[in-house]
Amino acid sequence: MTSGRKLRILVAKPGLDGHDRGAKILARAYRDAGFEVIYSGLHQTPEQIVHVALQEDVDLIGLSCLSGAHMYLFPRVIELLKENKAEDITVIGGGIIPVDDIPKLKKAGIKEVFLPGGSLKDMVDWAKANVEPCRYGERKE
Amino acid sequence: MGLAKRVLQGDVRATARLLREVEEELPGAIDELKVLYPHTGKAHVVGITGAPGSGKSTLIDVLIDAYRKENKTVGVIAIDPSSPFSGGAILGDRIRMQRHATDEGVFIRSLATRGWHGGLSKAAANVIHIMDAMGRDVILVETVGVGQAEVDIMNFAHTSLVALVPGTGDWVQTLKAGILEIADIFVINKADKQGVNEVEVELQAMLQMGAPSAAAWKPRILLTEAINNKGIDDLMEVIRQHRESLIASGRYEAYLRERSRLELVEVLKSSLMDRVSRMATEDDYVEKLIDDLASRRVDPYSAASDVLKRIVQEGKF
Repeated sequence: MTSGRKLRILVAKPGLDGHDRGAKILARAYRDAGFEVIYSGLHQTPEQIVHVALQEDVDLIGLSCLSGAHMYLFPRVIELLKENKAEDITVIGGGIIPVDDIPKLKKAGIKEVFLPGGSLKDMVDWAKANVEPCRYGERKE
Repeated sequence: MGLAKRVLQGDVRATARLLREVEEELPGAIDELKVLYPHTGKAHVVGITGAPGSGKSTLIDVLIDAYRKENKTVGVIAIDPSSPFSGGAILGDRIRMQRHATDEGVFIRSLATRGWHGGLSKAAANVIHIMDAMGRDVILVETVGVGQAEVDIMNFAHTSLVALVPGTGDWVQTLKAGILEIADIFVINKADKQGVNEVEVELQAMLQMGAPSAAAWKPRILLTEAINNKGIDDLMEVIRQHRESLIASGRYEAYLRERSRLELVEVLKSSLMDRVSRMATEDDYVEKLIDDLASRRVDPYSAASDVLKRIVQEGKF
């Protein structure tokens, strides 16, 4: 019935932050937009997140961090993706992130940063506009 | 190097990519599957089905642990439903299995049903083949949370587990046809909850009510508390006994033949359907037939027979 290309997204909670209400709401919004969403659950290491992303062949990773550790955790995910030759996976971040950190995160490879007060619609629209479902369709290699 | 060759070497990225191509039904995937097919048929496939919340994912989590202690590599296919409204899905089974996320010996893939009924997804058969070819010793397949009639798993798994929990109904439920008939092993999970004896007694009564059979395997009933890792050694032992019984009784061979027959029919159906739907929308010949049908100059059975003849004559699918 609904075969065809579908965007696959990993919503992940790196680090020791235990607040995932936002991540769950976002997962739900992506689901309702027609995406297939894998939610990692709480307290994930960057290594776990990258392994899941590789096995599940996701197109987009959304990292949520409300604990203040984003400057270590987010770039570490990018680093591990590079080590696994998976830098084609788009990574975005969100949470309690000081605006001064945003340019640094973007420089590290985080494509977009979403802050409290942002709308779910914007996040869904961003994914639709910036992420190509099934990047392998054209079999680049 | 082709994807299939990399899958045979156990390459995670290539495997994940091929799984995606198979799921999206991309044209190149079939050639890769052709390369892999001779390397399949080695893994033991264990299906786990049961109602939502019966503990299927948690059971798989502890089974992964048990198999890893035996140094076996494990593939997991975890299926969750797609939304009938948006087509989207939350694939949440692997949350229970995250402690294995960085173990190279464990490959977990979540699939959405994408409109497929029966408890699995359309791609499940090929996803099993790919994990098998990748060299996984055991493949654990978790169906969507099911009700009564989703029995597809029995055609894919060598050993079918049906997970139940206490407090889900009285004797009449166990009389009904459906998933209770397909179990090789009943797992009454959450066995610390009230009502566990009732479920066990009802199941035993159900099994005794059946006509006496000469079958080599009689379904077994086991109690577990997956979340506390209780009863898992026994479960592993009974899964092992079931596999040995399959092989010793010759039913393993029979199963493989039956499985192959079903697969051939499925592939034929799907390629014919594709061909027919392309014809029905693109072909002038079919348009004329439809005109004839509409004006009652021909009946649909003769028309369909004409179309089939034409497909065979063309020799291409």
